[in-house]
Amino acid sequence: MKRRDFVQMAGLGIGGLSLPFMGKELPIEALLDNPYDTALKKQLADIALNAAKTKGATYTDVRIGRYLNQFVATREKKVQAVVNTESYGVGIRVIADGCWGFAATNNMSKDAIADCAMRAVAVAKANAKIQGAPVQLAPQKGFGEVSWKAPIEINAFEVPIKEKVDLLMQVNDAALTGGASFINSLIFAVNEQKYFASTDGSYIDQDIHRIYPTFTVTKIDRATGKFETRNAFSAPMGMGYEYLHPRAQDKVPGISTRYKMRYDILEDVKAAVKDAEDKHKAKSVEPGKYDVVLDPTHLWLTIHESVGHPTELDRVLGYEANYAGTSFLTLDKWESKKFNFGSKLVNIVADKTQAGSLGAVGYDDEGVKCGKWDLIKDGILVNYQAIRDQAHIIGLKASQGCCYSQGWDDVQFQRMPNVSLQAGKTKLSVDDMIKNVEKGIYILGNGSFSIDQQRYNFQFGGQTFYEIANGKIVGMLKDVAYQSNTQEFWNACTAICDESDYRLGGSFNDGKGQPSQSSAVSHGSATARFNGVNVINTARKI
Amino acid sequence: MALLSKDDAQAILKKVLSYSKADECTVSINATQGGNIRYARSAVSTAGEVTDTSLAVSASFGKKTGTTTINEFDDASLQKVVARAEELAKLAPENPEYMPLLGPQTYADSIAFSSKTAGMSPESRADMVAQSLQVAKEANLEAAGFLVNSSGISAMMNSKGLFAYSPESSVDFSVTFRNREGTGSGYVSNQYNDVSKLDTLALSKIAASKASMSAGAKAIEPGKYTVILEPLAASDILNGVIRGFDARSADEGRSFMTKKGGGTRLGEQLVSDKVTIYTDPLNPELPGDTWNNDGLPIKRTTWIDKGVVKNLSYSRYWAAQKGVEPLPGSNTFIMEGGNSSTEDLIKGTEKGILVTRFWYIRMVDQQTMLLTGLTRDGTFYIENGQIKFPVKNFRFNESPIIMLNNVDELGKAVRSGSCILPPMRIRDFTFTSLSDAI
Repeated sequence: MKRRDFVQMAGLGIGGLSLPFMGKELPIEALLDNPYDTALKKQLADIALNAAKTKGATYTDVRIGRYLNQFVATREKKVQAVVNTESYGVGIRVIADGCWGFAATNNMSKDAIADCAMRAVAVAKANAKIQGAPVQLAPQKGFGEVSWKAPIEINAFEVPIKEKVDLLMQVNDAALTGGASFINSLIFAVNEQKYFASTDGSYIDQDIHRIYPTFTVTKIDRATGKFETRNAFSAPMGMGYEYLHPRAQDKVPGISTRYKMRYDILEDVKAAVKDAEDKHKAKSVEPGKYDVVLDPTHLWLTIHESVGHPTELDRVLGYEANYAGTSFLTLDKWESKKFNFGSKLVNIVADKTQAGSLGAVGYDDEGVKCGKWDLIKDGILVNYQAIRDQAHIIGLKASQGCCYSQGWDDVQFQRMPNVSLQAGKTKLSVDDMIKNVEKGIYILGNGSFSIDQQRYNFQFGGQTFYEIANGKIVGMLKDVAYQSNTQEFWNACTAICDESDYRLGGSFNDGKGQPSQSSAVSHGSATARFNGVNVINTARKI
Repeated sequence: MALLSKDDAQAILKKVLSYSKADECTVSINATQGGNIRYARSAVSTAGEVTDTSLAVSASFGKKTGTTTINEFDDASLQKVVARAEELAKLAPENPEYMPLLGPQTYADSIAFSSKTAGMSPESRADMVAQSLQVAKEANLEAAGFLVNSSGISAMMNSKGLFAYSPESSVDFSVTFRNREGTGSGYVSNQYNDVSKLDTLALSKIAASKASMSAGAKAIEPGKYTVILEPLAASDILNGVIRGFDARSADEGRSFMTKKGGGTRLGEQLVSDKVTIYTDPLNPELPGDTWNNDGLPIKRTTWIDKGVVKNLSYSRYWAAQKGVEPLPGSNTFIMEGGNSSTEDLIKGTEKGILVTRFWYIRMVDQQTMLLTGLTRDGTFYIENGQIKFPVKNFRFNESPIIMLNNVDELGKAVRSGSCILPPMRIRDFTFTSLSDAI
């Protein structure tokens, strides 16, 4: 049984919601009582650095991590699970004989750490005989002893469980009172306490927080045997519990209220019940070409899949060929400096520093200070996402700081930074955008998603769909999904709303790598319009 | 302490239970050790070894439960973990669906452990990967692959005298070969409990041959086609079907197993009478868990017999609500097949598409189990019983339930990942667009 199945074995499996899970359960007081100060971590890290060096490592990094998760999951009037988890241990990565090696252990005794470092060297040496070219690391100066903390206002782990349970019970009551058949709701909080040390002379202590409140409302029609659902319009955020304290200035009015840096879960659930009811009565879409108007609650996922993943340098180079796949954004396209990824309106940035985002950190998991750079500039592909052992391949003198591991027991590798579409430079509201659409569909929320292994062909659903005819929203649609090709789609981008509509969405669990690892990443955008997109009808009878 | 014997596990669990003052208490232990090699661009990219051991305690007072874990095993730590679970239980809200713990159960001995797999080392993994890299070198192809092994034990004991123990091991291997021009790609993947059944050389040769055969694919119009699904493609698309055989969601009206007007489809002819699907944790090719996290024994269970829904899974709570016996669901399944090979299926096909594997499958509509996804790593056009040429990948939108109603012929069943199932010929499979991906 693999470690992530352990919670199931411990009898905590909760049906209906698919939960990522790592670590072990323990009570909240233990989570807040961190017995491992940085002086002890430095001492343990130095043991690993020295042990690896003695065995012949030419580079070593040590990650001592304490990963805390808390989730409160409910359905209707029941609390299904209150779980606090901790995972603590050390991961040691070395280069020996020009080859990477990695070993990890949860045994934090000095002897066990030294032994773990030696095992990492043994793994590297065993593989050196089948290694190709030796690993080339981009130079990285040591930062000495430094720290970084996510700028949160309220630590979600310090908020009593009762407060979270009470809030979710209010959400569920509102849904059931409003006429929902079922409601599942959840608050998930993450805290990564990460200590990094390397032979470059860095000792970096970081404290990272994430939060994800969400729900699914289900409305059943027994007579027809049909059911419809609507998920929350929340986003997972790199924030504390303050995200759940609503603020008027963070509400975006419209056909549904949507949210910026604060979320009103009680308001949203009421709207969701109505949406789920309306979906039963909605018109089934006529397949064909439509101009699609995509809200940031939806567009983040299209950006994630069609821009974020194909600009990952490890995919471009073939490191993910056996799993996630490669990329259509091959090096020759980047080298040409004229590959039209999208229309001239399309400016997409990578950013590891954006406040409140899931990807914001001070330093990545190989000790590189994080920053911001262009990926797509005025529609042209201009850059990728790189880490230290890839930087030389695209002529970079330094890594872009995209290295991440989901835990102490997985090796770090290239992961996506926040990748966001820049808002339009000229003033444009959603209403004004819709006024110019003759035949279109306005899509809110993310639904099903699928894209090929080189990121050409994709299909996306959504949560709610509205028909636009002659500049007006005329009613709700259902059974909608659009299919397109990445380059055609981004070249069909004809309008992007201004900064006032800009919001973050995000993936709490983006999977990549073997063994598969999860990472969290945000994607910002304002509402954008794409012309002439192929829409299919997804209704079937069985 | 990666691999605890049954006696050692029992002794630890007994000791932990002796510290409990709760009304009911369950203690579980999970120990794993393993390693992996990942390679790409025809060389090792990352590799590692991990060990981890955890103990979990769930303590209940009435219907209030708290769970906590620890990874230290001295007496003070074990006492602390029980005390913390009990504190958390007192803070937790009541769970109206709480079920009293089960008493002692009888389980079949698991056959999922292999000492050969447990004995794998960095050197043996490197040797197995070297064989795969050699195939790449000889065929002048790029290889990217992954080899991972893990071994461990799971054990559980509760205050009503239930005790369960299972050792388990597994090894997974997959490799993708691509030609230098990037115009052809081939893949294999399989999973075994016993590493001596894994032949990285033979599997790599199959992937290499697919990479060469798939080069220069032609575009043909999307639409409805007869398809032949190799076992890997079939397992990709059918993997989630049995997990959907859940009585509660069907009774609640939110499942493809829901009947119009209320109730479930239990007893109905759901798919073609050629289809029989069951679970058997003692199948030597696909050994599985013999008990689940509730302590229920997992036994051979038929889900679909000649197309008729024979069973739905019931949690202990839902079974009590409905007055039936609980029945654990399954993560693995076995689908019966015939005697033909994939080649025989191709020979009997006038016009069709051979699919090696599917990729990025996602649920589009839970109501009908409509899935979307794409073909990948070798898709071929068949005419008059022969593979004529490779074709560009397709996106499909298809429900596995509709698909299993359109079964034309089944081949010989083999293991593919967590299933045993046959290659199959399916009529009217719906491809909705073309992909340029290779």
